[in-house]
Formats: sequence, C-alpha cells, structure tokens
Amino acid sequence: MASKQRRLASRTGSYALLTVLAFIVGFPLYIIFAGSLMSLKEITSVPPSLFPMHPIWSTFRDAFVGGNLGQYLAVSFFQSGIIVVGQVLTSILAAFAFAYIQFPWKRTIFVAMLATSMIPFEVTVTANLQTVAALGWSETMQGLVVPFLATGFGIFLLRQAFLQIPKEMHEAAVIDGYTSWKFMWRVAVPLARPSIAALAVFSFLGAWNQYLWPLLETGSNKNIQTIQMGIRGVGGQVSTANVSLAAAAIAVAPLLILLVFFQKHLVRSLTAGAVK
Amino acid sequence: MAKRTTSLPTAGVGVFRTKRDRRIGLALTLPSLALFLLFTYYPFFKNFQLALYRAAPFPTLPNKFVGPSQFFSIFSDAQFWDSVRSTVIFVGLVVPIGVFLGLLMAVAAHQRLKGIRVYRTIFSSTVVSSAAVAAVVFSTLLSPVSGYLPSIGIHAPDITSSATWAMPMVAIVSAWQFVGLAFIILTAGLQSLPDDLLEASRVDGASSWTRFWRIILPLLSPTVFFTLIVGVIYGLQSFGQIDIMIGTQNSTFTHTNVLIYAIYRFIHVSADPGMAASYSIALFFITLVVTLIQFRILEKRVHYGQ
Repeated sequence: MASKQRRLASRTGSYALLTVLAFIVGFPLYIIFAGSLMSLKEITSVPPSLFPMHPIWSTFRDAFVGGNLGQYLAVSFFQSGIIVVGQVLTSILAAFAFAYIQFPWKRTIFVAMLATSMIPFEVTVTANLQTVAALGWSETMQGLVVPFLATGFGIFLLRQAFLQIPKEMHEAAVIDGYTSWKFMWRVAVPLARPSIAALAVFSFLGAWNQYLWPLLETGSNKNIQTIQMGIRGVGGQVSTANVSLAAAAIAVAPLLILLVFFQKHLVRSLTAGAVK
Repeated sequence: MAKRTTSLPTAGVGVFRTKRDRRIGLALTLPSLALFLLFTYYPFFKNFQLALYRAAPFPTLPNKFVGPSQFFSIFSDAQFWDSVRSTVIFVGLVVPIGVFLGLLMAVAAHQRLKGIRVYRTIFSSTVVSSAAVAAVVFSTLLSPVSGYLPSIGIHAPDITSSATWAMPMVAIVSAWQFVGLAFIILTAGLQSLPDDLLEASRVDGASSWTRFWRIILPLLSPTVFFTLIVGVIYGLQSFGQIDIMIGTQNSTFTHTNVLIYAIYRFIHVSADPGMAASYSIALFFITLVVTLIQFRILEKRVHYGQ
C-alpha cells in the first residue's frame, strides 16, 4: 500500500516537473499562435491575455496583403524544394559510389567530402558572394540555391545506409546481371528509404530557416526573398506585434507539421553521430 | 555533426569494379565534388587571398595589396577583441542554459508515462523555430510595451537598447532555440543506455537525485560533452536573432557584435572583404579547435565502448 502511494506521489511529481518544463519551453511557441489572433490591446494590457478571447483573423490578412507573405512563402517552398531534391540526388549518387564502386582516388575524394563539414558556411560567405557575382547570379534564384546542392553530411548518412544492405542482395543482383546503375536505383535506393527521408526532412528544415545567405544574396530583389526575409521586414515592431506573430506563425507552421508527422526521421538525422 | 569514427571505404566483397564501373564511380561523385570545390574549398582558400588586400576608400577604386599585415593587425585591434569577448559571453550563456534545460527535460521525459509523447514533441519543438521566428516572438514577450514582463513584476527599460540587457536577451533567444536540439540529442543518448542498469538502481531504492548524479550523468557524460560542442558551434553561428532584435542602427550593437555579426557588417555595411575574410579565418580556427576537441572526445568514447 505504501509503495503504491509512493509511486502515485512520484508520478504526480513527474507530471508536475514535465508540465513546468513544457510551459517554459512551449510558451513562446504558443504565444506565436495565440498572439497572432489577439488585438494589440490584449497583448499590451497588464496582465496580457493568455488566450485570444475574441480571435481576430484580420492579422493574417494584413500579413498576407500588407506583408506580402504569399510571395515569400512561394519563394521559400521553391527554394527549399530545389535544395532538398538537389541534396538528396547528389548525396545518393556520391554515397552509392563510395559504398559500392571501386574507382581511382576514392579515399581522397571521400575524405575531402567529409572534411567540408569542418568548414562552416559562414566562413565562406565573403568569397561566395564574389563567386556568385562572377557567375552573374547576384540577386538570382540560382545564386540562392546552387551553393547548397551538395552536402557532406548527406553523403555520410546515405553511405552508412547503403553499407547496411545485406551482401546477399548485392550478390544476387550481380548474378541476375544488374549493372551498378540498375542496382543503385532498383535495390539500394528503395532499401535506404528511411535514411533518404531523414536527409530530406533535415535538408528542408535547414533550407527553410536559412538566414544569412538569403539576406546577403537576394539584396534588393524582392522577388526572390524567402519567408525569413519577409519576417525580418515585419518583425520586431511591437506596434504591429500581432501581425508580426501571424507572419511568424505562417513561417513556422510547415515545419511544425513536419515535426509532428516526421519526428522519427528528423530525430534520426539530428542524432546521426551523436550516439553510437 | 556527422560521426567521423567510421572506417574509410576500401575495396572488398560486394564492390563493382569493372573498367566501366570505375568510370561510373568517378562520375557519380562529380556533381558533389564540383559543388564542394566551387562553393566550399575555393571560397575557403580565397579568404587567405582576400585578407591580403585593404579595401579602397571608394568602391570604384581597386583594393590595395597590403600583405599579411592586415590579417595580423586584427589581433592588436580592440574591435576584434570586443567581438571575441562578445562571442565568448554569448556562447557562454547559450550553451549552459541550453544544455542544462535540455538535460533536465531529457531525464524528466525518459520514463513510461501516459501522454509522454506530447511532452516529447513540445520539448523537441524549438528545433524547428528559425532565428527570425524566435526573434519576433521574443521581441514581443520581452518588450516593455507588451504586458508580459510587467505582469510578472519586471519593469525593464527597452532591453533592446540597454547595454546591460541586450546580450543576455539575444542569448536567451538562442538558448531557447537550442534547447530542442539539446533535448533530442540527450534523449537519444539516454535511450542508448543499458535499461537494466537504470532499472536496477530504481529497484535498489536509490533516490532520483542519487540516480541522476551517480548513475545517469556518468553514463551519459559523453553525450553531454557532445551536446556542449554542438551548442558551441551553434552559438558561433547564431546571427538572425541579433540582426532582427538589435540591428545595426541600434546603439547597443557593439555589445552584441559577435564575430559572425562583425563579418556581416564588414560585408554589408563597410564593404570591406579584406577584413571580412580576416575575421572569417579567425572564426574558422576557433570552430576548428572546438571540432578537434569533439574528435578527441569521440575517440575516447569509442575506446570506452570497446
């Protein structure tokens, strides 16, 4: 009996701690959505409303019409989509070669590719702006996406996945007369689907949230500015806090959906390398 | 973040190795290789060349060759050391807050309880927030105009223009963003620990406090170290929060002029690629030192594991 009571007490304690932590961490995210439906008066009164009693949807209209968020969103989906497809494709090709084909300078090329993850993109920004300008891509969509179409992390992740495919599959394929190309697309890629999905979710998250490069590369060309630039335009001012929050809500919503539905894949990619 | 302890590719069983395959193999790596050469290695080495030139007073004039003196001059420049100090303070705030909260959440959520998945999703959720999104919501929450701070008894001045508060504020925003990633990594670490050991300590009647300090933390320490390193690298790259919440017009920006922000200003405000490149080289070496520490720890852990 006593142990049952103790267990109950410990469980109540656990829930209390979890709830306090969830409040601390979740409150800002909650306010993005709750605040986007509040009037300015509700946000600035003391104490402020914690729940939109009279939800105002016009903030979203203001964000879309006044803040032109529709266009920023379209650009972001396009830009992130290209980066995801590009990274997945280049990673599949290179990772397959490293896992299954013997070719000259293989070791050197592999090491050179993994080593790219030791050079933060921020360090290369200055010269990359000049390269992009020399290519005639300043303030263009090409300039926005092309530098990100390859990823050392993706190659590493997919190579690991390809290497886990049982040897028997490969032997059977060779006996059936499969070429390396056919084996890659018919056998290796379908079997590595979970890792490919993990890479895709990871790339999308990174591309969607990019900040420094779009800020510098898109310059004054409003037609290729991403959603993060859109928030930068409306963000920060409390005079329009509810509209800014509506813009933030729109920017983060696709990623929250991604998190809820693809949590496993996201966690897989984020923890690759963290735990043996 | 990639694990680098993996073995290098070698020829072995199950490898395509005909003459045609050898050509295909090389061809398959070409797209990635070309992109890395053009957008990673070339600009990386280009920094060392750019650093040799001093920006002309007018953008139309050619930059002047001054040799390596410009790069070395940053070490006797007070502005550089201010940036380094800001960076150290910033990272020094972000990482402990993020890892502490992340660890607390990971340990609290590491049990079988009804609804635990909801808590886990909430704890992971900040990982999807961009710098801009975080900056917008915290600008509202921390603004003296909104009612949030006053209602919990804090009557702060406008902290975005307060020299004292600007840095802790942007650090809190970054720490909040980092908490989700810290939670995810630490949870994976906890889940990889042997269950029977944790169970046994529970049966033994060890208190949660003792269990945490005597059993969980020592076993988890490699993952905690890894999270610290990831946090440092994350902190070194934080930029958007500072750009949106403080901005260049703001008088406090010198207090939040971290290295990455200084690089941005050299590029965007003073159009000085030579100085931007010099700071980039410095930022690279700082990151490199941190990464090498990570390698050492990973290596050690492999030995423990065997």
